[in-house]
Amino acid sequence: MTNSFGKDDKTFLAKRYSAERRFKFYGGAALAITTAFLVFLLVDICRKGVPAFIEHHVSIPVLIDPAKVDAKDVAAGDFEGLVKDAIRAQFPEITDRVEKKKLVGLLSQSASNDLRQAVIDNPKLIGQTITSSLLLSDNADLYLKGAEADEKIASLDKLRAQNKIESAFAWRFFTNGDSREPEQAGILGALIGSLLTVAIALSLSLPLGVAAAVYLEQFAPKNRWTDVIEVNINNLAAVPSIIFGLLGLAIFLNVFGLPRSAPLVGGLVLALLVLPTIIIAARAALRAVPPSIKEAALGVGASQQQAVFHHVLPLALPGIMTGAILGLARAFGETAPLLMIGMVAFIADVPHGFTDAATVLPVQVFLWSDLPEIAFQSKTAAAIMVLIVVLFALNAIAIYLRRKFERRW
Amino acid sequence: MTLWSLIVLVALTALAYATARTKALRLRDTANAVTLHSLPNYHGYYSATLVFLSGLFGVITLAVFNPVGAWLMPAATVAICAVVGYASLSRIRSSLRARNKFEQISLYVLVACSIVAILTTVGIFASVALESFRFFSEINPFQFLFGINWSPTGEPASFGFIPLLVGTLLITTIAIAVATPLGLFSAIYMAEYASSDLRRILKPLLELLAGIPTVVLGFFAALTVAPLIRSTGESFGLVVASESALAAGLVMGMMIVPLISSLSDDIINAVPQSLRDGSYAMGATKSETITKVVLPAALPGIVSAIMLAVSRAIGETMIVVMAAGLAANLTINPLAAVTTITVQIASLLVGDQEFDSAKTLSAFALGFVLFFITLALNYFALRFVQKYKEQYD
Amino acid sequence: MDQMSPQIITTPKIMSERTIRISAEDVNIYYGEKHAIKNLSVNIPDRAVSAFIGPSGCGKSTFLRAINRMNDTIPSCRITGDVKLDGKSIYDKDVDVVQLRSHVGMVFQKPNPFPKSIFENVAYGPRIHGLAKNKTDLEEMVVSSLKKAGLFEEVKDRLHQSGTGLSGGQQQRLCIARAIAVNPEVILMDEPCSALDPIATARIEELIDELRQNYCIVIVTHSMQQAARVSQLTAFFHLGILVETGDTNEMFTTPKDKRTQDYITGRFG
Repeated sequence: MTNSFGKDDKTFLAKRYSAERRFKFYGGAALAITTAFLVFLLVDICRKGVPAFIEHHVSIPVLIDPAKVDAKDVAAGDFEGLVKDAIRAQFPEITDRVEKKKLVGLLSQSASNDLRQAVIDNPKLIGQTITSSLLLSDNADLYLKGAEADEKIASLDKLRAQNKIESAFAWRFFTNGDSREPEQAGILGALIGSLLTVAIALSLSLPLGVAAAVYLEQFAPKNRWTDVIEVNINNLAAVPSIIFGLLGLAIFLNVFGLPRSAPLVGGLVLALLVLPTIIIAARAALRAVPPSIKEAALGVGASQQQAVFHHVLPLALPGIMTGAILGLARAFGETAPLLMIGMVAFIADVPHGFTDAATVLPVQVFLWSDLPEIAFQSKTAAAIMVLIVVLFALNAIAIYLRRKFERRW
Repeated sequence: MTLWSLIVLVALTALAYATARTKALRLRDTANAVTLHSLPNYHGYYSATLVFLSGLFGVITLAVFNPVGAWLMPAATVAICAVVGYASLSRIRSSLRARNKFEQISLYVLVACSIVAILTTVGIFASVALESFRFFSEINPFQFLFGINWSPTGEPASFGFIPLLVGTLLITTIAIAVATPLGLFSAIYMAEYASSDLRRILKPLLELLAGIPTVVLGFFAALTVAPLIRSTGESFGLVVASESALAAGLVMGMMIVPLISSLSDDIINAVPQSLRDGSYAMGATKSETITKVVLPAALPGIVSAIMLAVSRAIGETMIVVMAAGLAANLTINPLAAVTTITVQIASLLVGDQEFDSAKTLSAFALGFVLFFITLALNYFALRFVQKYKEQYD
Repeated sequence: MDQMSPQIITTPKIMSERTIRISAEDVNIYYGEKHAIKNLSVNIPDRAVSAFIGPSGCGKSTFLRAINRMNDTIPSCRITGDVKLDGKSIYDKDVDVVQLRSHVGMVFQKPNPFPKSIFENVAYGPRIHGLAKNKTDLEEMVVSSLKKAGLFEEVKDRLHQSGTGLSGGQQQRLCIARAIAVNPEVILMDEPCSALDPIATARIEELIDELRQNYCIVIVTHSMQQAARVSQLTAFFHLGILVETGDTNEMFTTPKDKRTQDYITGRFG
């Protein structure tokens, strides 16, 4: 053998190295595309959603006319009339009936309701002229936010020039229920609905899931029967969520006669949906506890159950909690099965109990995304922002827990 | 009243625990100092469990059959608990094997909990199968499975399933074509090239993408991606439907990337280091080792990951509900509007529906088909993975 | 079945000086199809250390785990024959394994303290068996167990710190203290020093020698030197058969069986 080291075919080697670089580039590019998609998605949603957190008011003097508002029964007062008069008073030059109607249309219906509330809270205002901040309608709001309008709204431009337009953070987005009027619509009802639904789902699926995992991992004999349960759980984890909706519709609503649109039923369906996820996560966590711990407990005379419940389960708890939080996040973001059980109706009231008609945040997103008013597009994106913030927070907690309690034996 | 009964039940359970424990303690501390077989705590647990389970059974029975008036429910609960509680308390002696008995009961409870998963499957199967059966007694199954015209609201209604299947497969194909290269290359990069620091950033990032609700992706597909594709296509002179299959498929593909990459990542990591070492020792470069040694070894696992991804794409609902249309066109043009199985299930069942019409029942028939397609895919994928794992265990 | 040559039956001298604590009669143990222990009979004396030696896979650990029924946790494991503790069969139907294990303690190959405080590690046994009437009682038990295990002086200032923070040798002594805390009569040790360095090993061996005054100790060991150092009775296992039992000093000087001789002189194993 002649000594050939250092006399390799350099061009062939170069070819191989460039193939290597190309391959590595593909990998990096795949990750870059995925990341870019995520960033593009989030930026796009935020760009659309941020304006929904701002609302516009017009600040003009309003005479609380005692002729229209009776001090004895403030609530029945004609506040709509007051508000109409106030806005018309700003534009004495407009006399045309159609134009006048358009002018009033700039205000939200909520304007008179806000005023009513203010006077109920402080009846002394009757008879006075106060400077009131009146909420503008969705179209006026969009115009002021710079949306392309078919025609210029001269009256708004004039008000703006007079510095009578105010913008404020739209707290009512968080304190109102759903509404047909975009500027009045809020997510409180959906948030409470989500909370109730997820509470039911988690309080059922967590104990059931952990108990099932403990049984399968620690007590179950290895036989056909447990194999069946095992295969069944794995398959259940991959059943499309909409099928769980069919189950809810056919069994919970039609057979058991539970109320439609209720968080109770939504919670039951979601509990079954996340159950396999929680069982699988809990089993993995239990399996990660070394058997020597259990043996040590058995060695000092603990019974099987004492060994498991005193030692193995507490050690697996962080892992189980991580799984539970991920299950919670899944339940919180789930939409499709809830459509099947009627949680998709228009519900303006904030639900007060587990059997009230309610909707949840993701379904609210779906409902709003379907509405024709342009202002709802922004509301939808804003609701998505809230949804995503909650989900990211849950995920972050799960990741934190996993890192903190990651234990190597 | 059910809620009140439950509160009463919890209170009585606590009472049973405390009483039984006290009685056992007194037994232990008596002058002749008998040794208890079980700790006083276990006497407490045992009595409490008996009281709770029988009370719970009572409450559920009463709530379902409601033989007594609603107001009597808490009273009936108290009565049941009192009887069981008295009986269990009077049995406490030093020789009572309270721990063994309690553990026996708690084992049964654990078994019952793990049966819930089975019951869920049975429930799913029963609900879709029964309604489908009713559907097929009205509509010929062959007409359903091989018909090429789907219009459940038409006059006369026709239930040909083929356009839905083709639409579903079209969108799934686009999604898989996007997700497989992206997911697989991401996994390879993370498993073989990325430093551990980079992995610590990238993994949660992919998990975040996986955690984005599909309703959000649907909104994004319908309002951002679809118009983008449309305007791009039109600038090339193509006719693009406003709800094109391509938009839904692309976004669905991005949804599946984390699934494929995390499964493939696990699978690639499971390939033993010794195989790589063997290849490096012969002077192979990293990419040669991956493509010639690691990937062939991991292939069965990757195939099953893709099968799981397909099943996920077929069953995905919200993205297609929002971004694909309702029009049941029989086409394989990705720029046209198509509809899918899940879209039809959702649109047929949302809103008020009378339960006897063929229109409503057809949704369950679609659900039945969907359930079986995904079940078969999952089953074979999991079998595949298991076989593959055994190779290296 | 030529492997089944009769075991050498002689009565070791130590048996005439001590009472019999454990006796096994015709024990067979199977793991599924595998026949792990074949027709084993042996008597184990009280207040002495008995060592089980033999090459790996010879069944010595399997038999040890049969003495406190730890094999019950392995589903595929079957046992025939009988093991008696103080003349009472431990495989009788009315025997509660939990109570049995409080009489027969066990120390494992790798130190396996619970990931809890040192105090909690030792207190766990007395607590589940209801041995302590009150808190002071329990504290006394913990301290005396730690003292008996020769660990108290080293850890008295950090009883409430985690047991997993101790060194390997200390962890193993903690496990011994944990076993002692439930007042067992028998302590089984499954290669208790195999994960320890020589200094920690010497410390444990000293401890075993002290504990011999009050307990019946059975130790499985890989090291013949260790068996020679700590035990009074030695049993040699080979391929699931108990080949020879005898007084330790005689066994290492004048083994009666060819296989024992080969093993001791290092020809296999």
